[in-house]
This record gives sequence, C-alpha cells and structure tokens, in this order.
Amino acid sequence: MGGATGAAPFEGMSDVLLEDAQGRPTPRRRVRAFDTFVLFLSVLALWQTIGSWTRGVAVSPPWQTLVYLFGLLRTWMFWDHAAATLAAFLLAFLLSALIGLALGLLFGVRRFAGDVAEPLLAGFYTIPKVTLYPVVLLIFGLGMSAKIAFGVMHGLVPITLFTLGAVRNLSPVLIRTAKVLHLSPGRTVLWILVPACLGDILNGLRIGFSLSLLGVLIGEMFSSQRGLGFLLVNGMAQHNVPLSTAIVTVIVVVAIAANTAMLCLGRWTGPRGA
Amino acid sequence: MKRQHAVVFVRIAVLAVSIIFLEVCCRAGIVDPLTVIPPSEMLASMIDRVGSGEMNTSIMSTFSTIVFAFVLAIGFGILAGALIHRSPRLRDVVDPLLASYYSVPTFIFYPLLVALLGLGKAPLVVLGVLSAAPAVMISTLSGLDGISPVLIKLARVHRLSAARTFSWIVLPAALPRLFTGLKLALSYALIGVIAGEFILSGTGLGYDISFAYQSFDNRAMYGTMLFVLSIAVIANGFLYAWEGRLARRRSRG
Repeated sequence: MGGATGAAPFEGMSDVLLEDAQGRPTPRRRVRAFDTFVLFLSVLALWQTIGSWTRGVAVSPPWQTLVYLFGLLRTWMFWDHAAATLAAFLLAFLLSALIGLALGLLFGVRRFAGDVAEPLLAGFYTIPKVTLYPVVLLIFGLGMSAKIAFGVMHGLVPITLFTLGAVRNLSPVLIRTAKVLHLSPGRTVLWILVPACLGDILNGLRIGFSLSLLGVLIGEMFSSQRGLGFLLVNGMAQHNVPLSTAIVTVIVVVAIAANTAMLCLGRWTGPRGA
Repeated sequence: MKRQHAVVFVRIAVLAVSIIFLEVCCRAGIVDPLTVIPPSEMLASMIDRVGSGEMNTSIMSTFSTIVFAFVLAIGFGILAGALIHRSPRLRDVVDPLLASYYSVPTFIFYPLLVALLGLGKAPLVVLGVLSAAPAVMISTLSGLDGISPVLIKLARVHRLSAARTFSWIVLPAALPRLFTGLKLALSYALIGVIAGEFILSGTGLGYDISFAYQSFDNRAMYGTMLFVLSIAVIANGFLYAWEGRLARRRSRG
C-alpha cells in the first residue's frame, strides 16, 4: 500500500538526467507534470476507445458522460442518493475511527492482549467479508444501519491494526520519559502516544476510509433502495449506460481526491514525528 | 517460548468461548433462528452440502476463476513491476497512481465489466485481476528496491549471466517482499471473485450464498458461508506458514 515510498533513491539521480536546449536542467517538477498530463490523456483515450468500440453499450465516452453528469448534478434525485451514501459512509468511518483507535491503543499498551488479538484481526481482514453481508442484513434489517455496520466491518480492522503496530513499535525511551515526568495515563496518550504514532495512525485512517467506503457501496449495490451504489446497479439494469458511467466517475474522483488529501496531510505532519 | 504458548492458548480459548456462547444463545432462543443458526448446525449443513456433492459445480467454477485471476495477476503484476522499475521516469508517474489505487473501490467497475464482457466468468476474472495485480506490482517494486547494490556488484564481479543473476541474486533477495504481495493478491482475488458472484452472477459459491439468502434458506446460506470462509482462512494460513518457513530458512543462512 506504500507505493510512493520507493521513489526516493531515484530522485537525486534523475534531477541531472533531463536538460533543456540551453543545457540548463529542466525543473523536475515540470517534467513530472508533463508526464502526468500524458498519462491523463491516455486514460481518456482508452476510455473513449472502449466507449466507441462497444458503441456505448457498456461505457459511455468521456465527453458524453461529462455532459450527462452536469445534467445529473442539477437533479434533486442525485443529491438525495448522494446524501444517503455520504451519511452512511461518514457514520461508518467515524465509528471505525473511534473504535479502531481505542482498540488499537488498548491492544498496543497491553502486550498480551495485543498478541492474542492481532492474528485474529489480521485473519478477519483477509476473508471475503461480502459473504457475511446477509448476516448483517438479517441482524440489522434492510436500510441504513446495515450499510453502516458493513462499512464498520471493513474499516475498523485496518485502523486497529495500524494503531496497534504504531503503539507497539514506539521507542521505549518515550514511555520512560512519560514515567519520569509522572504523566497521568490520559496525558501520556495525548502528549506522547498520539504525536509519536501520528504518521501510522493517519495511514490506518486513510486505508480505513477507503475500505469503509467500499463496505457502504457494496451494501448499497447488493440490496438497497437508496444511495449511489443502488443508482449504479439500477442504471446498469435499466441499460442507462451514461448514468452508471457517470456514477462510477463521481465515486472514482471523490475517492482519489480524498485519498490524495489524506496523503498530503500525512506528509505535512510527517517531519514533526521523525 | 512459554509466553507464546500462553498467547496461542488464550487465543483458542477466546474463539472457543465465543462459539460456545453463540451456540448457547441460539439454543436458548435468545437469538432468533431466523437471524443466526447455531454454529453446530452451520457445520452440519456445510458437511451435508459438501458431502452430497450439490456444491461441486459451484466449487469448481469459483475456484477455477480465483486461480485463473490469481495467476494472471501474479504474471501481469511482476512483469509490470519489473518494467516500471527499469524506468525512473515512468516510475514517477506510476507511483502516485499506485499509492491511490486501492482508495478507489475497484468493485464499482463490476457492473460496467458485466455490460462489457457479458455475464460469464470473464468479468469475474478481470475484476479479480484488477484488485490483485496492483498489490503484486507494488511488492515487486519494493522487492527490487530493497536489493542491496552490493549484491548486484557481486553478480557483476562473478560475471554471472543475466539469467543466473536473476535466479541466484535478484529473486532470493526480492522474494520476502514479493511474498507479502502474493499473500495480499490471493486474498484480493478471492474477495473480488466471490464479491462479484455475490452481487451479480448466475454461478459460483458467492451466487449460492445470495440465492440462499433471497430464498430464506438460512441453513444452506450459513453452510455455504462457513465453507467459503474456512477455505479463505486455510488458504491464507497456508501462505502465512509458508512465508514463516522461508523467513526461518533465510535467517539460518
């Protein structure tokens, strides 16, 4: 999941590789922006190719989708479904974050409990939780609470595991400092544990964020009458290709934007912790 | 060592107590049998359904799809990872993409894939590859990054051929991190395929579960569910144990 971490060895090296006509090195950032732009264009071209190759049976081409999307954004119906998804997702993420941080801290501080729980949590993380969705539906009934519960099932474990790992790998000096200064448990958590583990906690929150979104969307796609996931499946069933393509576009853009924002936040807070 | 035994013991005890607790609650009528059936019933139903052979077609269909997607994801992921590793410029573009890839719920592409490829195995395989290949790619990149330059120099000093450099130096050095990717790829392929079958499909174990749910057949649903989850846990546990063995062999030298 840490794809960007490996870039470091190349950065110094490739700075001198690229020079413009006067022999001055081209700013690295500009080359990268150009490459990213080319990549963006090729994604659009691929999208257009698939769209026109299938004659819009499966995927509508980019421009048509964009036009449709702008029309869709002006309808009340879309915002109603979007609000349902957003509400379920925000609640699911908030619950996952709160419970996950508390459990992670607990299991990190209590070594024995942590050792007992970690493989169980990791095992739960890797099983196909979709198969458990009918159970969630049977327990919570059709509707909002089932979606939220399913989102929490997806988002809770990574947040717990990342927090647990961060607290466990904390330098013992920090703990001893807290003891020497006679900090109360509350202050130890607030002044020592949280600042020292912030990077890992943010990483866990970022993964928990995307997974609880996934959980909520799967819940809506399987059995629901509201939300973007329902709209997507419904658009497909009614052969309304621009609708389903537009919904997919919205979800992809929002997910990437949120993830990028959280990555930037992590980078911004990172140097203080190191 | 003694503490380790205690940890394993407590873990098993926690699991056993929760299963027994659920069993007692179900038998005592605290939990409605229309919601959850007793764990012993789930096990019995699983044994019935596997023993009678009524699930054989689903099992074959699901697992062949998963294996196919897994193998394709490994091949494609390693190839792409190795190619990207050779070009720093490409790497600069791809790294941010990989970093945010898993934030997009890949699953939302499934309805589009079904419309594109029809309601067969093809969209399931593509979905499995889409969710598993980037994990292999990321771990290939990090495995190749982790090779110490000294090792490559050593290969040059010994004038090893490219093939030997690969099989004697690169592969053993990159394997531990690559293995992490393979583990993730297996669980992602499994999740992708079964989720796809669950939402929209006409065959496979995922479809069996959603069909049983929709026809209020709780016994069949829990039996199939237990089967799928057991297979997932066993497959992941197997890879986990294998990884541990590899790590021990490395540390022995």
